[in-house]
Amino acid sequence: MTRALDDIDRKILNALQEGFPLSPRPFRQAARALGIQEDELIARIKRLRESGIITRFGPFYDTEAMGGAFCLCAMAVPEAEFDRVLTQVNAHAEVAHNYERDHRLNMWFVLATDSRERIAEVADQIEALTGLKVLRFPKEREFFIGFRVAA
Amino acid sequence: MIIDRTDRQIIEATQAGLPLVPAPYAEVARQLGLNEAEVITRMQAMQNSGIIRRIALAPNHYALGIRANGMSVWDVADDRAEEMGVRIGALPYVSHCYQRPRALPDWPYNLFAMLHGKTRAEVEEKRTEVAALLGDACRGHDILYSKRILKKTGLRLGKPGG
Repeated sequence: MTRALDDIDRKILNALQEGFPLSPRPFRQAARALGIQEDELIARIKRLRESGIITRFGPFYDTEAMGGAFCLCAMAVPEAEFDRVLTQVNAHAEVAHNYERDHRLNMWFVLATDSRERIAEVADQIEALTGLKVLRFPKEREFFIGFRVAA
Repeated sequence: MIIDRTDRQIIEATQAGLPLVPAPYAEVARQLGLNEAEVITRMQAMQNSGIIRRIALAPNHYALGIRANGMSVWDVADDRAEEMGVRIGALPYVSHCYQRPRALPDWPYNLFAMLHGKTRAEVEEKRTEVAALLGDACRGHDILYSKRILKKTGLRLGKPGG
């Protein structure tokens, strides 16, 4: 089990969600702002990562800017056919995430491919295979800057 | 900005995380046979152009008590979608906000915003707040809660050409 978080852990979690320096001694710089030593900051981040409180620490890359294509897709799958369709959909390596949601459109998945053309091919294949319509919701614009979890 | 081979090597070396040592960029440079200044300069350029969204820590929401997540969806007049997207995306409890095409007649919604809270009741409160913020720009909305994760694989950069 994980140890309870103390005040310093919480300060680290809150502060480093905002950003981390790109400089030769970034931990020293970040630690100073938190009023702790560099080695203590490193040790605490290590511990928080090992116990699963931190899922990632480092640069967050925009995968689309690196040349990939993504598309959110949705299907209305009849309850009785759910397992069959799920197997057919998940068999595609291009299906990165898939969630069951409580809606008439009950299966929502993300296709991740290396080109836009390939998105259409895979979605068409899934339609042919399952006999169900695949609604496609490619991202037109994205807006997110605010999300932080208060620790 | 077009990334080159060296940028891709830096991405591959750091996409799982930075080394937890006093000089992490020097450590990345050492692994790749580069020097620290070059790694920092290249990462700075990627950050300036948006390829690196930010360098930061991502907490496990679930471990911090954020256990309810809903995909809220909104039918917003096209000429106000961008303005409203910016405002919704800036809310602290919204992790992602996207404008997407409608799929009429099945689906009238064009703004998608993931709302997060400690409980479903808290997420519903946030949804009411977003509805108030949208006011008469919004013609209808819904929220979809996830029942089950059916598949989840990480999105990782493959090897060049792979």
